[in-house]
Amino acid sequence: MTTTIDSLRERVNQTAASGGRLVIRGGGSKSFYGRPEQGDPLEVGDWRGIVAYEPTELVVTARAGTPLRDLAAALAERGQWLAFEPPRFGDGATVGGMLAAGLSGPRRQAVGAVRDFVLGVRVLNGLGEVLSFGGRVMKNVAGYDVPRLMAGSLGTLGVLLEVSLKVLPRPVAEKSLRFSVAEAAALRMLNEWAGRPLPISASAWHQGVLTLRLSGAAAAVAEAHRGLGGEALDDASAETFWEDLREQRHPFFAGDEPLWRLSLPSSAEPQQVLGPTLVEWGGAQRWLRGGDARTIRAAAVAAGGHATLFRADVASRAEVGVFQPLSEPLARIQRRLKHAFDPHGVFNAGRMYPDF
Amino acid sequence: MSMESPLADRRFAVNRGQLIRRLREVLPAQALLVEEEDLRPYECDGLTAYREVPLLVALPDSEAQVQAILKVCDELKAPVVARGAATGLSGGATPHPDGVLVSLARLKRILGIDPLSRTAVVQPGVRNLAVSEAAAPYGLYYAPDPSSQIACTIGGNVAENAGGVHCLKYGLTVHNVLRVRGLTIAGEVVEFGSAALDSPGYDLLALVTGSEGLLAVITEVTVKLTPRPELAQVVIASFDDVRKAGDAVASVIAAGIIPAGLEMMDRKAIHAVEPYVNAGYDMAAEAVLLCESDGTPEEVAEEIERVTAVLEDSGAAGVRVSQSEAERLRFWAGRKAAFPAVGRMTPDYLCMDGTIPRKHLAEMLEAIAELSTKYRLRCANVFHAGDGNLHPLIMYDANQPGELARAAAFGAEILELSVRFGGTITGEHGVGIEKIMLMAEQFSLAEIAAFHRLKAAFDEGGLLNPGKGVPTLARCREYTQARAGRPAISPEG
Repeated sequence: MTTTIDSLRERVNQTAASGGRLVIRGGGSKSFYGRPEQGDPLEVGDWRGIVAYEPTELVVTARAGTPLRDLAAALAERGQWLAFEPPRFGDGATVGGMLAAGLSGPRRQAVGAVRDFVLGVRVLNGLGEVLSFGGRVMKNVAGYDVPRLMAGSLGTLGVLLEVSLKVLPRPVAEKSLRFSVAEAAALRMLNEWAGRPLPISASAWHQGVLTLRLSGAAAAVAEAHRGLGGEALDDASAETFWEDLREQRHPFFAGDEPLWRLSLPSSAEPQQVLGPTLVEWGGAQRWLRGGDARTIRAAAVAAGGHATLFRADVASRAEVGVFQPLSEPLARIQRRLKHAFDPHGVFNAGRMYPDF
Repeated sequence: MSMESPLADRRFAVNRGQLIRRLREVLPAQALLVEEEDLRPYECDGLTAYREVPLLVALPDSEAQVQAILKVCDELKAPVVARGAATGLSGGATPHPDGVLVSLARLKRILGIDPLSRTAVVQPGVRNLAVSEAAAPYGLYYAPDPSSQIACTIGGNVAENAGGVHCLKYGLTVHNVLRVRGLTIAGEVVEFGSAALDSPGYDLLALVTGSEGLLAVITEVTVKLTPRPELAQVVIASFDDVRKAGDAVASVIAAGIIPAGLEMMDRKAIHAVEPYVNAGYDMAAEAVLLCESDGTPEEVAEEIERVTAVLEDSGAAGVRVSQSEAERLRFWAGRKAAFPAVGRMTPDYLCMDGTIPRKHLAEMLEAIAELSTKYRLRCANVFHAGDGNLHPLIMYDANQPGELARAAAFGAEILELSVRFGGTITGEHGVGIEKIMLMAEQFSLAEIAAFHRLKAAFDEGGLLNPGKGVPTLARCREYTQARAGRPAISPEG
């Protein structure tokens, strides 16, 4: 059966009436992310296609099931892209899944996250209503900012149907540089550089090596390269490096040990007691393998951030949870928000927190 | 004279004497204003057409005092309106006649600047420009720069998700704030966001930004600081036809350029500002574009050359590049003085704030010219052209019977047209009370109902800034019915 808004709405209404639950599924590329959820699959991958794309407006609107590879290809034809470099984690990755997961790639430190680029959404809520929020313009403060609320909501608030995104021209020039440096010194360098008008677009530190990417006008990249020094990578290896990092194909991510993501203030001290790390986003995103959940979460909070159990087996995700537990009154506000969009608890039950 | 206030929709039975007694228990004497003559100065914000005298005004100087006020108001079911510098243009800080106006102006300390992590922690009453001034010794600044930045406060900027002339490249307030600390109506401390780039759970930071004081009262904000570019230069281009200017904007973007600022003014706006500030604008032009480039000297030189070529190809009658910082500031002075300059030409004006897809700029200008004739009111146009955000300034005289009503109807038609063009009724000024009925133009009943449920997740009793932002469902139905009786405006003009 072809997917239509009516068919999706009917499934939602039937499920709500029978007290059932649905698990929203696009390409399935990020099903590893979040707590294990319960419910019948609601396939939305067929609800695809670019609805509107006007390069001079810097806006694209696509149905949620549109594969990211198709969107990227359409944007590339006009020299544009999604500047936050969303990770795909599989060929099937969709626009809806990208927004629902709320994940951003290496360029996040320079341009912002998916939440900073979403302009509008059309969503099917738990009452079977099709609602539009935001729009296709850069600035819009009419009504609450529901489109950004959808970023990272993991499908718990409704079925995303259509997403409007800000797109940007691809940078004219890029250059990646390598430096041999210990973690603490690398963190200091990254934070100091970020305080200067340098065209740094990505950074990664692991095992004594800092890799830095410059992007922008040719003159600016060349000038920054001269000023910073470092060993330049050839363009092909640089592209492979950043793509592997984004897609977690870098050797650090290999193997089955649980993967933790720490989101910290960029200037937070090295978290060496927690084990070997890979640092991204100028120090604001740090990855760890294995370790005790309680210790890691406590360390993240002490450093001013939070920790996510990014990849782990189903049992661990169910047992220790994926996201940092919320304290009251934030937990109460979030439960009520969930209820405001999905009063019958139809969507992705338990994916984010056990109680919603 | 003032307009009938939509605040009349939500009345609260508040015992004023009891409220005063209870607030006096928790506040120093000078922090509570009760006399009519003391309350009067708080009767409006930048939207002077709407005035309401609040029941009381509280002037807390600490978070603990704000908390105490909220607890009393929550218990006695008295509405609360938070206010910063009251420079807002949509009536977001218009007092409620049954409630307490909480001025956060005394919470004006910069609590810390961390040059290493490029952040500043400030109280809500800190002025926008004061943040940049305090960060300047470190080569940093706070990027969002609304025209009112000398006076407007960070708390108000967050409440309205304020923009400015540089947001195409540097983002809105929502892109430049890391953390908001505030209080719920029940007086509970809440922290949205953190010093890290993201937080667990739903993105409440994004939700509270631009929520117009309806979800929480802000007591502290962590903002991102941006390294000041080494150099900025501005290109000024004059056009003999607004359509050419509109197309030039699209061509700049199509060339893959994201300028630091891209602004447009029409003939009326040019004629208002040029005699006032002598910015050097071409008085013979139908429109001027200001296009700013910033970055390293090499980068700026490269971009200015490309921008100049695009503007010349787009049929600009004249193109000039600022040759010094003084000249750059003079070119901008005209744009920044547009509102006061128009203010000199007319006793009163209404500033509209629709945003449309850029491709409709020229059509919109033509439609506004027709409406200007229809309503017999002058209108000057300044645009944040880079992001399609329009600020038509409708000139009227409140002392002439009927003029304010005509101005409001004129403005409403512009905003209805903005929605028809696929845009929005407000890009950066907020809905407030001014555009509350037009929400029904942009949103369905189901969407409005969803907004009410969302609000209730934070403020079940609806005590925070009632009557603002989102209209009641009953009002929406009335609007839709009245609307059906009028012929629709065709975008084609």
